[in-house]
Amino acid sequence: MRRFSLWLASLLVYAFLYLPLLIVVIFSFNDSKLNAEWVGFTTAWYAKLFADEAMLQAALNSILIACVASAIATVLGTMAGIAMHRFRPRLLPFLVFTPVAMPEILLGVSLLIFFLNVAQPALAAFGIEFTLGLATVVIAHVTFCIGFVAIIVRARLAGMDDSVFEAARDLGATPWQTFRLVTLPLILPGVIAGALMAFTLSIDDFVITFFSSGVGTRTLPLEIYTMIKVAVTPEVNAISALLMTLTLGLIVLASRLAPDLMRAKA
Amino acid sequence: MRAQSTLRWMVGGPPFVFLVLFFLLPALIMLVASFRFPGDFGGLAPLFGAAPGEEVGLTTESYAVFFSDRVYAEIFAKSFGVAALTTLICLVMAYPVALLIARSPKRNRDLMVLLVVLPFASNFLVRVYAWMIILGPFDLLFSRFAVIVGMVYVHLPFMILPLYTNLEKHDPTLLDAAQDLGAGAWQRFWRVTFPLSLPGVFSGAALVFIPVLGMFAIPEILGGKDDWIVGNMIKESFLGTRDWPFGSMLSLMLTIAVLAVAGGTSWLAARSMKAA
Repeated sequence: MRRFSLWLASLLVYAFLYLPLLIVVIFSFNDSKLNAEWVGFTTAWYAKLFADEAMLQAALNSILIACVASAIATVLGTMAGIAMHRFRPRLLPFLVFTPVAMPEILLGVSLLIFFLNVAQPALAAFGIEFTLGLATVVIAHVTFCIGFVAIIVRARLAGMDDSVFEAARDLGATPWQTFRLVTLPLILPGVIAGALMAFTLSIDDFVITFFSSGVGTRTLPLEIYTMIKVAVTPEVNAISALLMTLTLGLIVLASRLAPDLMRAKA
Repeated sequence: MRAQSTLRWMVGGPPFVFLVLFFLLPALIMLVASFRFPGDFGGLAPLFGAAPGEEVGLTTESYAVFFSDRVYAEIFAKSFGVAALTTLICLVMAYPVALLIARSPKRNRDLMVLLVVLPFASNFLVRVYAWMIILGPFDLLFSRFAVIVGMVYVHLPFMILPLYTNLEKHDPTLLDAAQDLGAGAWQRFWRVTFPLSLPGVFSGAALVFIPVLGMFAIPEILGGKDDWIVGNMIKESFLGTRDWPFGSMLSLMLTIAVLAVAGGTSWLAARSMKAA
C-alpha cells in the first residue's frame, strides 16, 4: 500500500518534469501561429528557422563559444582537480567552487564591471581595443565551467588507489611521464565527461552570457530570450526542440562515461 | 622538496591565476564599485582626476538610499518568501522520488536518476517558456503563482539529487528494528527516515534557495508587471538605469544573504548529522 502511494507520487513528479517539454516539442510541429490548440502537422517552423540568418549566426556563435570555452575549462579544470587531490591547497577549492555555488547574476555583473571598467581602460593604455564580445563570453563561461570539470576529475581521483602513482614514481617515471602514462589514462573518462558537461553548460548558458556579451554578439539562448519577450511563435518551440535534442544527447553520453557525474552536479 | 613545490605550481598555478583574475578580482572590484559615484552617462564615475564639478572618490550614498527607503527591504523580504516557498514545494515533491529511487534495486537507480536529470539538460529558457504555453490558456500567466511554478520546475532536480544521495546511504535494518519494536509506517518515516535525511534536506534546500534569490528571468517572463525580486532589481540597475554603484551595492547585499543562507544550512546540516 505504502509502496503503491510512493510509486504514484513519484510518477506524478516525473510527469511534471516531462510533460511541459513534451508540449513544447509537440507544438513545434503544429500548423498554427498560436500554441493553443492542435491544428495539423507541419515542419514549416523548422524550415523558417533554417532560413533565419540571425538565428543561424547565433547558433554558430553558441557552438564556437561552447567549443573554445569547454576546451579551456577542461584543461584548467583537470589541473585544478588534480592539484586539489594531490596537494590539498587551501585557497584553490574556494576559487573553484564559489563560482559554481553562487547565483549566476553575481558572476555576470561583476565580470561586466571588470571588463568595461578595468580591462578595457587597462588594455587601451597599451593600444589594444577591447570590448564585450565573443572573447568576454568565453572567459565568463570558463570561469564557471572550471568548477564542474574539477569536481568530476577530483571525484574520479578520489575513487582510485594512490599507490599506482607511487609505483610509477618508484619505477623512475618523471612527473610528466606519470601524468601521461598513468594518471591521464585513468582519469580520462572523468575528463571527457567534464568536457561534455562544460560544453552543455556553455551552450545553454543564458544569465552570464546576457551580461558579458555586449550588443553585437548573439547566442541561441539570447535569441530565445528575445523571442519569448517580443513575440511568442512556434519558431521558439522548434529551436527549443533542436537544442533539447543536442543537449540530451550530450548528457546521456556524459552519464555513460562517468556515472558519478550525476551526483557531482549536485 | 623544491621540485615538489615547482610541480605544485605547475599543476595548480594556471587555474589559480585564471580564477583570481576573473573571479576574485572582479568580486573585489564590485565591492569597491558599490562605494563609488555613478557616472554621468551610467557606469561608474572616475575615481580620481575628474573634470571640474564632477564627483570623485568614495561615498556611502548607495547604502544610504538602500536603508532609507523601505521598498528595498520589502523586495528582499519578498525574494526570501519566494525562495522559501519554492524550497518547501521542491522538498515535498522531491521526497517521494528520492525515497523511491533509494529503495529501488541497485541496477535501476542510475536510470531513475538520469530520468530526473534529463529534463534539466534542456535549456533553462525553454523550460520557462514551456510554462508560458501551459499556463497561458488558463489565464494563470503573469502572476506570482506562475513564478513559483517556474521556480519549482527549474530547481526541482537540485533537491532530488542530494536527498537521494543521503537516503541511499541509510541502513535498511534500522527500519526493520523500528518495525520489530512496533512502529507503524508513519512512525518509521517521521522518527527514523526523516531525521536521518536532514543533512540531505538542508543541502538540497541551499541548492534551491540560493539560485532562486538571484533569478531575474523567471519573474520577468512568467511574473506580473514589475513584480520584482532582488535579481530583477540588480539587472535593472546595471542595464536599465545604469546606476552601477547601486547595482553593486545590491549585489553585495545579495552576496551577504547568500552567505547567510549557505552558512545557516551547512550549520543545520552538521548539527543534524551529529544528532543522528
